[in-house]
This record gives sequence, C-alpha cells and structure tokens, in this order.
Amino acid sequence: MIVEKAILAIITTKEEQVGGGAPIFICTSNEELQLFSTNLEAIMDGIAHRLSDEVYIIVKH
Amino acid sequence: MGIESYLQAILFGVVAGTLARLITLRSDYRQYPTYLHGRIIHLSLGFIAASLGALAIPALLEMEFTAVTFLTVAATQFRDVRNMERNTLTELDQFELVPRGSTYIEGIAISFEGRNYLVMFAAFLTTLAYITWGWFPSTVVGVLTIVAALSFMSGSALRDIVEIEESDISFDEAGLYVDNIYIMNIGIEERQEEILKYGMGFILKPKNINVITTISNLGQQQAILHDASATLGVYKDSGTPALTPLIKRDLDDGRLGVFILPLVRDPELAKKVIGSVPVLENAIKMPSEATFLKGGKK
Repeated sequence: MIVEKAILAIITTKEEQVGGGAPIFICTSNEELQLFSTNLEAIMDGIAHRLSDEVYIIVKH
Repeated sequence: MGIESYLQAILFGVVAGTLARLITLRSDYRQYPTYLHGRIIHLSLGFIAASLGALAIPALLEMEFTAVTFLTVAATQFRDVRNMERNTLTELDQFELVPRGSTYIEGIAISFEGRNYLVMFAAFLTTLAYITWGWFPSTVVGVLTIVAALSFMSGSALRDIVEIEESDISFDEAGLYVDNIYIMNIGIEERQEEILKYGMGFILKPKNINVITTISNLGQQQAILHDASATLGVYKDSGTPALTPLIKRDLDDGRLGVFILPLVRDPELAKKVIGSVPVLENAIKMPSEATFLKGGKK
C-alpha cells in the first residue's frame, strides 16, 4: 500500500484534543500557533491545514 | 520505366514528405521540441519516414513485393519515436513547478508518432502521382497532402466545449473556494492573504453531457493547470506547496473550479489561455454514443 499523504506534525494550543504518532507542538497563544505552523510548513515542505482554531496539522501531499 | 525517372519520383516524394514534417514541426508556447537539437532529430526522422514512403511505389512497380516489409520497419521505428518522446517528457516533468501530467505527455507523444505516418503518406502519394501523371500533378498532390497534414494536426480546444467565466475566490474559515466549489484547506493566514492577492478563479461550464466526462479527467485538468502556468507564469516555488494551482469539480453539475496563481494577472488573457488548452484525445469520452443507450445493437 502506498500512503500518499502523511501528517508530519500537529500544532495546538489545546493539548487534550490531540495525541498519537505525529510530533506534537504545544503552543501557549494563537500568535505562537501561527508562527510554529508557518515555520514548520516552510521546513517540512508540507501544507499547514487548520482543523479548528486550536489545532493545525502539517500534511505532506 | 527507367531508373532515372524513379530517382526523380523518389526525390519528389522525399522532398514533399520532409517539407510536410518541417511545416508540422512547430515550437510554440509548450517550448517543445526545443530549438535546433530537438528539431534536427525530428527532421531527420521525418526524412527517413519520407524516404520509406517514397520508395514503396517504385519497389512495388518493380515487382519487389518483399520491399513492402520495409514499412513494418517504419512502424517499429515510429513507435520508438513515441517512446522516446514519452520518456524524455516524463523525465522532464518531475522538475516542472506545475507538471504536464502523463495524459498530456501521451497526447504529445502520440502526435509525434502520428505526424511521421502523415509524412510517409505524403511521400507515398507524391511519388505515386509523379509516376502516373508527371511532375506537375505530383507537385499539386504534394501541396495537397501537406495541407491535409496540417488540418489533421489541429484538434479541438477547450473553448469549443466549455464556457469560461471569471469567478471570485474566497475563504470560509480555512477552506478556499472558487465560486461555491471547495478547493483546499489553507491554515495560515499569511498564505491566505497571498492567495487572495495573487490567486484567480475561473469556472468552466460544460456545454453538453460528453464534455462533463471529458473535463472530469484528471489528466485534462492537469493540462489546463500546466498550460495556464506555463503561459501566464506561476506564483510558486519548490518550498511552498500551499501555493499550488488546483482544479476541483462541482459534483452536482460537473462544472470545474479552476484556481490559478498567475504572474500576469489579466483575466481576459487568462480566459484566452484556458480556452486554447487542447482537448486531450485520451480524455475524450462519448457517453452519448453508447449504442445500448440509443437502442441499437449491443
């Protein structure tokens, strides 16, 4: 089976909502959340997707 | 007939065939084939095709029937042309910011093969005309076959099958929309601003039922994106996957939402570019031609 998409990182301000196998970055503010997502997006060559205002994921397409 | 006149007949055929190849070999916005080297390869192959076509008639007249087997060599040769084109373009496609996609590549490769057969045919007919009627009718036939080759070359374009309208792009939360068609999820606000600033949206409305299936082909959609990006430029780099031109489909009515990031932001020009994207042979489907729908025999 070929996995085409993968979650490379999870960035959140709401720790209790996330878990699992991908690296999780816990932020304290919304600004930090945006900053982390922007940086991780650039570093990982993935796309930052917003699941809710508190949870962002970086996905490799 | 003497060997002298055969020579002239073959010469006429070869010239007509090679000319046909020269005329059908055009570098356009696709920048393919590239100048000089790519051209020389295809002109040489065209010359070989023309020679094979021209030789067939004198060989037959001299009762050398086995010479016709030469034509099978030609067929193998031209299939290799198609392979060569496919391989080269597939290799190059990995390094395109917006790739052509394999359907488009196959379409280009097929036309390279097809044009060689047209060349062979042109040479064949011209030689035949020379031997039966003489040099003047042969010239006329040569010109006619070249005209025929040119008319075979042009397929239909997207403007013939869809209506193209410019449309607003908007964000609903993180979702990017062209009109009411969902394109993708963009999380970061900075990217959203960039997209609103540089992005453009178009809606393609299919004109009939056959068209719906044709434009739903992913290869056809990729061809639209590639041509638009190649002609209008693209606001994208290797490290910015969020800035990717995309096409999504409205499942209700088969319309396409086209989202592009052009450097040249001229809606009229963009419409023209999208309108002149070729309809790929491999994407064309004709559900209305199904005989069991028409009540005919299965």
